Amino acid sequence: MEKDTKAFQRIYTKLFQLTKATVSLKATGIGNEELAIVDGRLAQVVKIIDDMVTLQVFAGTEGIATDAEVIFAGKAPTLKVGEDLAGRFFNAYGEPIDGGEIMGEEREIGGPSVNPVRRKQPSELIATGIAGIDLNNTLVTGQKIPFFADPDQPFNQVMAMVALRAKADKIILGGVGLSNDDYLYFKQVFDNAGALDRIVGFINTTENPPVERLLVPDMALTAAEYFAVEKNEKVLVLLTDLTLYADALSIVSNRMDQIPSKDSMPGSLYSDLARLYEKAVQFPDGGSITIIAVTTLSGGDITHAIPDNTGYITEGQLFLRKDSDIGKVIVDPFRSLSRLKQLVIGKKTRQDHPQVMNAAVRLYADAANAKTKLENGFDLSDYDERSLEFAKAYSEKLLAIDVNIDVDTMLETAYQLFESYFTPAEVGIRQEFVDKYWKKTEN
Amino acid sequence: MSTIGKVTGIIANLVIVETEGRTAQNEICFIKHGDTRLMAEVIKIFGKKIYVQVFESTRGLKVGQEVEFVGHMLEVTLGPGILSKNFDGLQNDLNKMDGVFLKRGEYTEALDADRKFEFKPLASKGDKVVAGSWLGEVKENWMPHKIMVPFKFEGEYTVKSVIGEGEYLINEPIAVITDTEGKDIEVTMVQKWPVKVPIKAYTEKPRPFKILETGIRVMDTLNPIAEGGTGFIPGPFGSGKTVLQHNLSKNAEADLVIVAACGERANEVVEIFTEFPELDDPRTGRKLMERTTIIANTSNMPVAAREASVYTAMTIAEYYRAMGLKVLLLADSTSRWAQALREMSNRMEELPGPDGFPMDLPAIISNFYSRAGYVYLPNGESGSITFIGTVSPAGGNLKEPVTEATKKAARCFYALSQNRADSKRYPAIDPIDSYSKYLEYPEITEYLNKKVSPNWTKNVFEAKDILLRGKETYEQINILGDDGVPLDYHLKYWKSELIDFAILQQDAFDKVDASSSLDRQNFMLEITLEICHKEFQFDSFEEVGPYFKKIINQLKQMNYSIYESDEFVKNRKLLETYLKEREVKQEEQLA
Ligand SMILES: Nc1ncnc2c1ncn2[C@@H]1O[C@H](COP(=O)(O)OP(=O)(O)O)[C@@H](O)[C@H]1O
Ligand SMILES: [Mg+2]
Repeated sequence: MEKDTKAFQRIYTKLFQLTKATVSLKATGIGNEELAIVDGRLAQVVKIIDDMVTLQVFAGTEGIATDAEVIFAGKAPTLKVGEDLAGRFFNAYGEPIDGGEIMGEEREIGGPSVNPVRRKQPSELIATGIAGIDLNNTLVTGQKIPFFADPDQPFNQVMAMVALRAKADKIILGGVGLSNDDYLYFKQVFDNAGALDRIVGFINTTENPPVERLLVPDMALTAAEYFAVEKNEKVLVLLTDLTLYADALSIVSNRMDQIPSKDSMPGSLYSDLARLYEKAVQFPDGGSITIIAVTTLSGGDITHAIPDNTGYITEGQLFLRKDSDIGKVIVDPFRSLSRLKQLVIGKKTRQDHPQVMNAAVRLYADAANAKTKLENGFDLSDYDERSLEFAKAYSEKLLAIDVNIDVDTMLETAYQLFESYFTPAEVGIRQEFVDKYWKKTEN
Repeated sequence: MSTIGKVTGIIANLVIVETEGRTAQNEICFIKHGDTRLMAEVIKIFGKKIYVQVFESTRGLKVGQEVEFVGHMLEVTLGPGILSKNFDGLQNDLNKMDGVFLKRGEYTEALDADRKFEFKPLASKGDKVVAGSWLGEVKENWMPHKIMVPFKFEGEYTVKSVIGEGEYLINEPIAVITDTEGKDIEVTMVQKWPVKVPIKAYTEKPRPFKILETGIRVMDTLNPIAEGGTGFIPGPFGSGKTVLQHNLSKNAEADLVIVAACGERANEVVEIFTEFPELDDPRTGRKLMERTTIIANTSNMPVAAREASVYTAMTIAEYYRAMGLKVLLLADSTSRWAQALREMSNRMEELPGPDGFPMDLPAIISNFYSRAGYVYLPNGESGSITFIGTVSPAGGNLKEPVTEATKKAARCFYALSQNRADSKRYPAIDPIDSYSKYLEYPEITEYLNKKVSPNWTKNVFEAKDILLRGKETYEQINILGDDGVPLDYHLKYWKSELIDFAILQQDAFDKVDASSSLDRQNFMLEITLEICHKEFQFDSFEEVGPYFKKIINQLKQMNYSIYESDEFVKNRKLLETYLKEREVKQEEQLA
């Protein structure tokens, strides 16, 4: 890392080209990804061809004149890390927005990746009390998983709830285009729970320039790495909303005349998002980074490039949907998935957990088929009727996000539902589990 | 004299270098950045301007920095000790790297220079040899690892001497061979080979004629892959590509398995190197890790090295094939490699093909798949590389360039269906859309009928037919309603469900069900078809579902029991009882 000594700062005052997000100028001795101040605004080098340097100006270029002052910092963006971060809120540049300076060691953000062989396989269950998560899509420390939700779903509330119930040493909130109301909501919820001293916030609200958002996840993850690696802490990172992050990426790549790929997103979207999400890790020494993010959808469309690329990167997704039959928001068992659940279910939880969970979802799928029949005006069979009743009860007692019970109770509840509506053969789980847990004497 | 150049441009990991000297396409170069040297590969030459893709982050790189060209392409090191290793895409040994984080510009030896191997000579003085000829053998884990005449050697040589039995280091000379001009050349256990060039140390590449047992019913029974064959698994995210590949790497009856984790999740690699050292290889009783090599270029590792990673993996596979071994090569996901090509082509402002992918993508993919195959070696032995790649189609839509190009190159198509995954019908391979071209090879069907049972292929096609008819009737039932169709439709549908549940579905996480021998597959297919052949009579369609569910449940209980165990037999008997009960009932009704 180069030292940033004021004496070597290079100052230029002749801009060659300006777009909405970038400026270009002639300069020499500049490093790729180096920071600069353009007319008082933070910028970063994104391209160098001979002596022509292109900078991305995070706050946008409105009003910047061709003779604006450009000062190169000689280093990539950094964050000061240390215990001081705890309980504080920062802007996208890592500057405190709640008062005085903080002390700490300066770290480049967006640093190198963890050597895969230095990782440990995640194995610690995160209990949230929400059966749609713990029973069907169990979370594990070191996992990376987003909520997929339409903008009108209460994803921030659910996320705050999950964060507080998870036993994390630190919760790092990366607000990416967060509405000011939601920002205040998070602050208040954490405050009420007496958790503020465990929180670190990096906040870019809708009132801030969109390109600035690109710095927030890296800031949050650099702080997370500090606590997880140096302090061996269990860190939970909340990133909301990464759809707005991807939108900001597309603004920049668009301004740089890159050929857009699907849905006007840059061709590198997969790599760009993977770079963030892959910071989730379980270290052998106990430290971990778990990432829970939000990807807002438009009209529930998960084939759009942003959720699509996200789904290919993350270890599952939690799909929030309003179930009109019960009038509540549920964690949709079809579109949701936790890829790490098999590391803990049936191992850290009861042995029958995987089979019970799969059987319930399969029966719920039967109900969906019955529903289609009904909608097409056909008579329902006795089995159809029973599966529909089951689905409603399942939704109410287990899928709804207001459920708050432990995993054993979730399993008990599932058996109660099975017993009420089905025979063991219809449920189709291993006989030994039926013998052990199925209460009724029939069959 | 190596060529020296200077950096003149940086766009993400594309760097433009200017030089007066000689360079070559795909040549490797190193950019000097402070104390580190960053590896890069030439991807385009335009006059004095050389476009290179850097296998590392380019943060801090400056115009004017010195670049040294090394005079050769990206090469891998081939020799004993590759097995059980975790390499990155450039064959650096990840376990040899210090620290928690990957350091830019840190490159390691691929093999262990200080590890001794027990050597046994195979060739003797006076033998005529060519590239790929076996000079000796060492034990690598339990595998007989052949020490060969380096693939780069052209023409014929005569063996002058081979060292006697004993323990040697990999870099010690183990033989001297003489070329036609009388020049003596020392051979060690190690050689290098450029990854983008196929190793052709074989005499013939016949059409595959055997199948590779995978233990996965929906593959082996319905759409088997040939030993030396190619296949691909496209599917939307979460449909089970990786689980299927991991299951293949655990259960397929290959001598060794090479897993290229290409641009996917690091935790999935961790899963392999955490679990495989503990898991037994059911055929040898050794640990699975002993036959496995991982090439990891996960999604957060440098993008340019993704492309290298699949070639590195293929070259290692070719090396072992030349020893007469049966290699299974898996790549997850080839789409990430295609995307890496797209990112580069975009930065170079090349004219894009469909969806922004480079125009020559189909050619690149087909060249790669063509490196797999069954081969006869010069000494009459045979070896094979069976290659199965996954494809991650954008939006799950199979009409996209990578899927379409791969479909042309691979002979087996295992389409994962979102619907099946949603309803937890794993593995979610669509039984109707998927195919194995090998079932059209007479040599394969003959082989199967001989190996499994004389009725085998007949049964397989019948099962496929029942599945297809089941799907059709299901659609009819959905249009016309349960009571709007003849009762027979319900029977047809439920017979297809029987096959679906008993044969197609398989729990990858159940220790018994995870893998099924061909014998067992044959047994299950026979009894399932037997049930399908029965004349069932029901009074109303309402009775059909519940009865079949009972039967299905019994077949599933059998799948969960160890083959031919007491439990298995007990479940089988119960199944017979249920079937008998029905028969008695039907006779009573007739009477
Ligand atoms: N054969 C299977 N048996 C049971 N569960 C499976 C199976 N295949 C996939 N799954 C489930 O689906 C999830 C996603 O599978 P994965 O292979 O990671 O998907 P992909 O690689 O296609 O994105 C797994 O974590 C697992 O929960
Ligand atoms: Mg996968």
